[in-house]
Amino acid sequence: MIAHAIFFYVFSVIAVISAIMVTVSKNTVHSVFFLILDFISISCLFIMIGAEFLGMIMLIVYVGAVAVLFLFVVMMLNVAQQKNQWFISEQNSGHIPVGLLISAIIFFELIIVIGGWKYKPDLFETTNLITNEISNTHSLGQVLYTDYIHIFQISGMILLIAMIGAIVLTFRQREGVKKQSYLKQISRERSEGVEVLEVASHKGVKIDD
Amino acid sequence: MTEIGLGHYLTLGAVIFSIGIIGIFLNRKNIIVILMSIELILLAVNINLVSFSIYLGDLSGQVFTLFILTVAAAEAAIGLAIIVVYYRNSGTIRVEEIDKLKG
Repeated sequence: MIAHAIFFYVFSVIAVISAIMVTVSKNTVHSVFFLILDFISISCLFIMIGAEFLGMIMLIVYVGAVAVLFLFVVMMLNVAQQKNQWFISEQNSGHIPVGLLISAIIFFELIIVIGGWKYKPDLFETTNLITNEISNTHSLGQVLYTDYIHIFQISGMILLIAMIGAIVLTFRQREGVKKQSYLKQISRERSEGVEVLEVASHKGVKIDD
Repeated sequence: MTEIGLGHYLTLGAVIFSIGIIGIFLNRKNIIVILMSIELILLAVNINLVSFSIYLGDLSGQVFTLFILTVAAAEAAIGLAIIVVYYRNSGTIRVEEIDKLKG
């Protein structure tokens, strides 16, 4: 239990500090790196609490895909030089006190909800109980492919649509790029390609090009 | 203090959620950081779902965390594609200068 507490506090302090650094950091690339650190520490918490599959998936999806996507976009857009000065604004719109006030209100509402929450066993009827006989991945698979199969398929559709949407949005047809046309190549005939000429001696042939 | 319960994880989720909200409100320069703050908010939601799932012994929370992960990945891809297209058209992604819809 002591070890659980120590690891929880270590990982949560790292997560909170790196989450603050994501928003405060001047350089966007540093923000992405702190985001990666945040995801890694939270996935360590997930693995520690007993959701191993989600922790690993979190590492693969967020650190391996989403963070790299962010890094690519930051690199492509050349915003690393453009500093992220969120304290300074040209027109003084007073957004900082309003933002802090709203965030503080949301935070204290959440804390009040957490403090007043009571576990009520009567409301709790489920068929997906966590057991210790099979592993976390095994039990998730048993639930995911039976009870939640339709939602699973729909989430696959969402990923497909997101992929098509991203490609369509960023696709750009460039002018002046030479392309291979298979139809033109196949339908080419001898009469348009080859011309037989009578070459007179010592005069040569004039080729108009 | 040494007994880590559900409340500790929920508090961690609340803290990260609030930091994400602060990041959305206070950021004035860079729209990519706003997308990262949205990722932080979804992460806080995932923490809440997983900790409820573990402490109540119900597997449904973890299943829904998986779906939230899917939607978050799709949202990041689409959002970054929109940012790339906007940058290509207008040459800036500063939040203060994106005011075309203001008229």
